[in-house]
Amino acid sequence: MAEVALRSVTKRYGAVEVIHGIDLDIRHGEFAVFVGPSGCGKSTLLRMIAGLEEITAGEIRIDGRIVNHLPPRDREIAMVFQDYALYPHKSVFDNLAFSLKLRKLPKEDIEERVRAAAGILKIEHLLDRKPRALSGGQRQRVAMGRAIVRQPKLFLFDEPLSNLDALLRSEMRAEIKKLHQRIGKTTIYVTHDQVEAMTLAERIVVLSGGNIMQVGTPDDIYNRPASKFVAGFTGSPPMNFLPARIAASPVALEILLGDGSARLAASLARAGAYAVFANRNVEFGIRPEDLAMRRVGANDVSLPAQVVVVEPLGAETLATLQCGAGEMICRLPPNEAPAAGENISIWVNMDKFHLFDSASGSVLRAN
Amino acid sequence: MTGLLSSVRMRWLAAIIVVANGAFPALWIVLTSFKSEAELTQKPITYWPQNATLANYIAAFRDQPLPVYLLNSAVIATISTIVSLFVSALAAYALARLRMKYRDFILTGIIAVSMFPLVTLMVPLFEIMRGLNLLNSYWALVLPYTVLNLPICTLMLVSFFQDIPRDIENAAMLDGCTRLGSLWRMVVPLAAPGVFTAGIIAFVNAWDEFLLSMSLNAATQYRTLPVGIQMYQGEWAFPWHIISAALVIAMVPIIIVVLLFQDRVVSGITSGGLKG
Ligand SMILES: Nc1ncnc2c1ncn2[C@@H]1O[C@H](COP(=O)(O)OP(=O)(O)OP(=O)(O)O)[C@@H](O)[C@H]1O
Ligand SMILES: [Mg+2]
Repeated sequence: MAEVALRSVTKRYGAVEVIHGIDLDIRHGEFAVFVGPSGCGKSTLLRMIAGLEEITAGEIRIDGRIVNHLPPRDREIAMVFQDYALYPHKSVFDNLAFSLKLRKLPKEDIEERVRAAAGILKIEHLLDRKPRALSGGQRQRVAMGRAIVRQPKLFLFDEPLSNLDALLRSEMRAEIKKLHQRIGKTTIYVTHDQVEAMTLAERIVVLSGGNIMQVGTPDDIYNRPASKFVAGFTGSPPMNFLPARIAASPVALEILLGDGSARLAASLARAGAYAVFANRNVEFGIRPEDLAMRRVGANDVSLPAQVVVVEPLGAETLATLQCGAGEMICRLPPNEAPAAGENISIWVNMDKFHLFDSASGSVLRAN
Repeated sequence: MTGLLSSVRMRWLAAIIVVANGAFPALWIVLTSFKSEAELTQKPITYWPQNATLANYIAAFRDQPLPVYLLNSAVIATISTIVSLFVSALAAYALARLRMKYRDFILTGIIAVSMFPLVTLMVPLFEIMRGLNLLNSYWALVLPYTVLNLPICTLMLVSFFQDIPRDIENAAMLDGCTRLGSLWRMVVPLAAPGVFTAGIIAFVNAWDEFLLSMSLNAATQYRTLPVGIQMYQGEWAFPWHIISAALVIAMVPIIIVVLLFQDRVVSGITSGGLKG
């Protein structure tokens, strides 16, 4: 197990800075996921931890030891690459055995460890094959086998599932989670898929443009997003945002949506907290599942809207609504779904809304 | 398509022209090497040897120390090929992988250098080798052949190395290789078709070279085949039949080398194994 600490880690390619001084601690045995849009620097950060990219400035420590100039082979790290990076000229057995042979382990030990890893990943029958004779899913398993056979301190995954089809992806996702529960080694996993991030992570690190936007448990990230960016990145479909203004009187707090045609009264509990932000221009955020066709909670407020599109997904139905301030998507039970074109009242759960500063995008913290 | 000029026929025609053009002179030499001198000069000319004879081969070994030439050529070509491949693999790796300034400038420079006519190098090389006291030694030819083969080998390897995914090396480095280790254990084996092709070109270049060999290694003891074959020519005589036999003997090692490695070149061990 290993502890990873990043201190002001910066990466520059020529004049372009792509990682802007990142501070982060990853704990013993933790499953951390780096998530963010394409080009935000996830892979770069992971490769710096692996030692495959130089660090322009800052410090990386593994178990307290500064590894800035330690070559990859001395870091006791195993990595699974997006394109698997299997050794095409070696058999599956030799792919797994390569690192052990380099470390001059006795032949019997190598054999035993390779067979054990192959057993865990159910690839024993493939050991004699060359990588080109394997399917995508099998290659993925071999790549994972190559990582676990080493018994490293730290596992790194760089979008390992992005080349698989949807079904295989969810199967392997479960497999990776099982593996982590079984081995318990510190793992850093990079993905741009928020579903993977939510399902796998103990802690999620949301990155954007070379900066950390938020670090937290999946629950934190989903329910207490620190910024509009994080809120819009999680959930599918993601959170709805409507431009709004906060209007406060001593007794009540109202949120004026868009042109002011719609007013949402906040629950008493939250009114006090947001009072300090009166007259601010904000973004009103509400998740699709916090909208309903009928009143569910005491603090629900209704809003007139017109149904634009209805998308049945089987277990649930997504409806795109046009209301005065803009479009929203809501997630509904199929039997409650309205028809396209219908004029309805949509109920907003006022216990669940989020407010973000229009200018900075950061969340307005109710205290 | 059954037309005379169907695309399949055209392709066959083109292939036959290329093969015939390349193979005919060699075939003619092989046929000549089995003819007697009398048959060679008789008119009308014969194509197939009338009384095939091995006398020319016996004469080839009798008139000149052919085994010495063969050995010299083999030693010089082999060593210079191996050294060329070794050095150009390192150079090509740097050019293909490291983020180098002036990379394109260096590549252009390599191409430019390889276009120097050999004659212009002859006098300076002679002076250098004399200064180093290396005239009439293996080194006199191994060194220039190695250097002369570097540009072509480097260029060829750069293009092959570039096609190998970096993550394969990265994986090897995480698995315990040094950077050079991953070059020898991953990049070079995966670029095997390129390495063998570059090697064959370097070997053939060294095997065939005449000009430098003649001026730098004039002593019989260090003479290479191309110069040695020239020695069959007397002041008055030009023994075509014996020279043909010697040429056939000179061709055999090249054919063996090519056949030996063609298998590796074609097997294409790099195919598959990367992306799903
Ligand atoms: N060798 C390089 N030279 C210059 N810029 C680079 C280099 N490698 C990466 N970058 C830049 O660094 C930024 C981060 O790249 P990185 O590969 O880490 O993104 P990522 O988050 O992994 O994206 P993706 O999800 O597409 O894999 C990108 O803007 C990219 O253009
Ligand atoms: Mg990436």
